[in-house]
Amino acid sequence: MSGAKYLNKLIQEIPPSGIRKYFDMASQMEGVVSLGVGEPDFQTPWHIREEAIYAIKSGKTFYTSNVGLPELRKEICKYYQRRFGVSYDWQNQCMITVGGSEAIDIVMRTLLDPGDEVILLQPGYVAYEPLVRLAGGTPVIIELKEENHFKLTKEALENAISDKTKILFLNFPGNPTGGVMNKEDYEELIPLIKAHDLVVLTDEIYAELSYGDKFCTISSFEEIKEQVIIINGFSKAYSMTGWRIGYLLADADIIKSMNKVHQYCIMCPSTISQYAAVEAAAKGDNDCDVHRESFEGRRNFIVNGLNRIGLKCHLPEGAFYVFPNITSTGLTSDEFCEKLLQQEKVAVVPGSAFGKCGEGYVRISYAYSIDEIKEALERMERFLNSLK
Amino acid sequence: MDELKLLHVLENDPRISITDLADILNETEEVVVRTKRRLEDEKIICGYHTVINWDKTNRDHCMAIIEVGAQPERESGYDNVAAEISKYPEVSSLYLMSGKSEFMVVIQGKTMREVADFVGQKLAPIEGVKHTITCFVLKQYKVEGVVVTEDEEPVKRLIVTP
Repeated sequence: MSGAKYLNKLIQEIPPSGIRKYFDMASQMEGVVSLGVGEPDFQTPWHIREEAIYAIKSGKTFYTSNVGLPELRKEICKYYQRRFGVSYDWQNQCMITVGGSEAIDIVMRTLLDPGDEVILLQPGYVAYEPLVRLAGGTPVIIELKEENHFKLTKEALENAISDKTKILFLNFPGNPTGGVMNKEDYEELIPLIKAHDLVVLTDEIYAELSYGDKFCTISSFEEIKEQVIIINGFSKAYSMTGWRIGYLLADADIIKSMNKVHQYCIMCPSTISQYAAVEAAAKGDNDCDVHRESFEGRRNFIVNGLNRIGLKCHLPEGAFYVFPNITSTGLTSDEFCEKLLQQEKVAVVPGSAFGKCGEGYVRISYAYSIDEIKEALERMERFLNSLK
Repeated sequence: MDELKLLHVLENDPRISITDLADILNETEEVVVRTKRRLEDEKIICGYHTVINWDKTNRDHCMAIIEVGAQPERESGYDNVAAEISKYPEVSSLYLMSGKSEFMVVIQGKTMREVADFVGQKLAPIEGVKHTITCFVLKQYKVEGVVVTEDEEPVKRLIVTP
């Protein structure tokens, strides 16, 4: 405890993650069926793993350039062109980061002056708000609504913009809601973004896991492309969470400056992981397709199951989460998750961990086998019946 | 409904129940049953098989892969020879190949003697068969996409992550 006096004010004000508690509780128990993880259940495809082994055998274990391996940047730019139809210059509009998380951090530290406002959408990924605060920014929260399928509306954006707004931070398909924005949804927002000269930071880590319409990146709107910064990575699409490879695509001046932060705190991401990622970007399209089809089937399975046992939810269009409303049980998100874990040993995550407006919801991940999902649904049904 | 999706699910889990299948495909059970039956009738679904590692049982088992050279016939090509070879239940798979020999035949039997007798007395004398090259299988490692040797410990993910 004696070290506490040395901590800075900012870090003292940042609360511990709302997920930690459930992790600690569930880790102590035997026989837990978890629907609580935010990572795919596939092994990283073997052809990708093999490239990493080959890199080690060939002695490719030195630093790479700060912005990352040229081959990897080339392949990523080709990939974005091929899959999503937007073009970036690998030489000065792309850099490799340690997962999407580092990418968020260096964007904030490069762009924010004290007091600058960042519009965040909630329920949203747990890291966004703390990283904005750590960089001296002020988060401004837009509460996404279930009745809008957790999409961002023009009205909500208009109300959130002030003369201090610098960044609009998007995440579609979104964690934890599975919400998706299509071309028509974005079209509504473009004039506002243009008029207020907002930087649009778009976390597209779940892009490959879009089930309805083909994924639309907001950078495909030419009139604001210079204002857009794309964050993506290999974790979700190729099942490569532990490899820690993400990337940024943006205007050349911004990349150059972000690289100043990156080069001093990171130097470069793991060289071995970068070689594996080259293989994924160049030859992994089929892996993405196979993973998507598998997740889509499991999404249908769990949504049909949840509706049948009385937890009503709509069909999310992306990512691998469902976000059912649990207010009909009369419990708070926290109570629901704690009781479910204690009574039936099923681990899910309270919506409130993803922002205040996540209260009344829980996040259920379906990155599990059909058998595991089935077992969890049976236990949840017993749990819901016990509440009646 | 998307038939390819139905086939992908069944390919990985032929024992799946109709209820689960309907949930996964987001279709009614009735539509799933009807589509599945039609795919069976059209011989797009040709069977539901079990992958068995006989090496782990106490039953004698012997498997051989045999290259068969064959003479084509006017009009029918290799089809008549193939039909003759296919008639034997010992033949579990038969393919027409590019390369040195015309056919690749997979034979399942109880013992080496039994397989050898089958090749010498039944397969080689078929009209149109020119030669055979018999390769006995020594050990199975992967069958129909399934690794049948010792399993690795499954890697565990954390129980809850953001």
